[in-house]
Amino acid sequence: MSDHLARARAFIDILPHSRALGMRLDQFGDGQAVLSLPYDARLVGDPATGVLHGGAISALIDTASGAAVMAHASAPASTATLDLRIDYMRPATPGRTVTAHAHCYHVTRTVAFVRVTATDDDSGRPVATGVAAFTLTGQANVP
Amino acid sequence: MTRSTPEPVQVVKSRRDAALAWLVKAVPYIGFLGVQFDRRGDELTAVLPFREMLIGNPALPALHGGATAAFLEVTAIIELAWATMWEDLEAGRLDPSRIADAALPNLPKTIDFSIDYLRSGLPRDAYARARVTRSGRRYASVQVECWQDNRNRPVALGSAHFLMPEG
Repeated sequence: MSDHLARARAFIDILPHSRALGMRLDQFGDGQAVLSLPYDARLVGDPATGVLHGGAISALIDTASGAAVMAHASAPASTATLDLRIDYMRPATPGRTVTAHAHCYHVTRTVAFVRVTATDDDSGRPVATGVAAFTLTGQANVP
Repeated sequence: MTRSTPEPVQVVKSRRDAALAWLVKAVPYIGFLGVQFDRRGDELTAVLPFREMLIGNPALPALHGGATAAFLEVTAIIELAWATMWEDLEAGRLDPSRIADAALPNLPKTIDFSIDYLRSGLPRDAYARARVTRSGRRYASVQVECWQDNRNRPVALGSAHFLMPEG
């Protein structure tokens, strides 16, 4: 594991809500972040089917998006969600880990734009996609 | 002229409270987040009591945007399911004393969810109310608002579409 990923992982681990949900950072760098959320019965939204609650997927998507902003080359000091829109394509398969791939594809001096896709092990059919705008402060390398 | 005696208020209240508790307790994730619901007649206010595990930015500290999103989504789904259940409950088609062990009716499924983050969430209790703006046989639209200390200074606004359960 690179030092870079280890530092980023330590950063995610101290976010209490992400830790409580059991999120794991798998990739971090070049404006991209990959986070996974292992299946957990406490996070079920529909007791009849065992499908995870949309809120848990939203939290994963929000965290992955924020991490992608922090992974951008402009090296911001901090960021916060301005708006987030999530489309749910299908229920996540019960028992399977959900993984979110977020890409911060453009930044200005003040705003970062992110696209994100969440999949389970059937990666050809997304569980959810999201688009988000984030605030940016204290960038070390202003574009 | 004869008129039927109204039901005692406590009977009405306990029936409504039992139906709401049945709906809320069935969903594990609501318990995980710790969301509770206050009921006044058919009006629901969701309450998210502050806990350390809701924090996203320990430096500020501020609530996690994902926790806020989840709180809004829980509020919207329960409001929609409750509004659907309310008619059956008031018409006497649903008896909470008998449904306690029964399977929950199918819940609405989220199609999309859009959130405006207006202020950073403070490390204290948050409240939310949802309004069903359109409820059809298949699709429903819901708007939801979250605030903390001041009702007129919302922390986040949400707008969502749901697919209604069949049958």
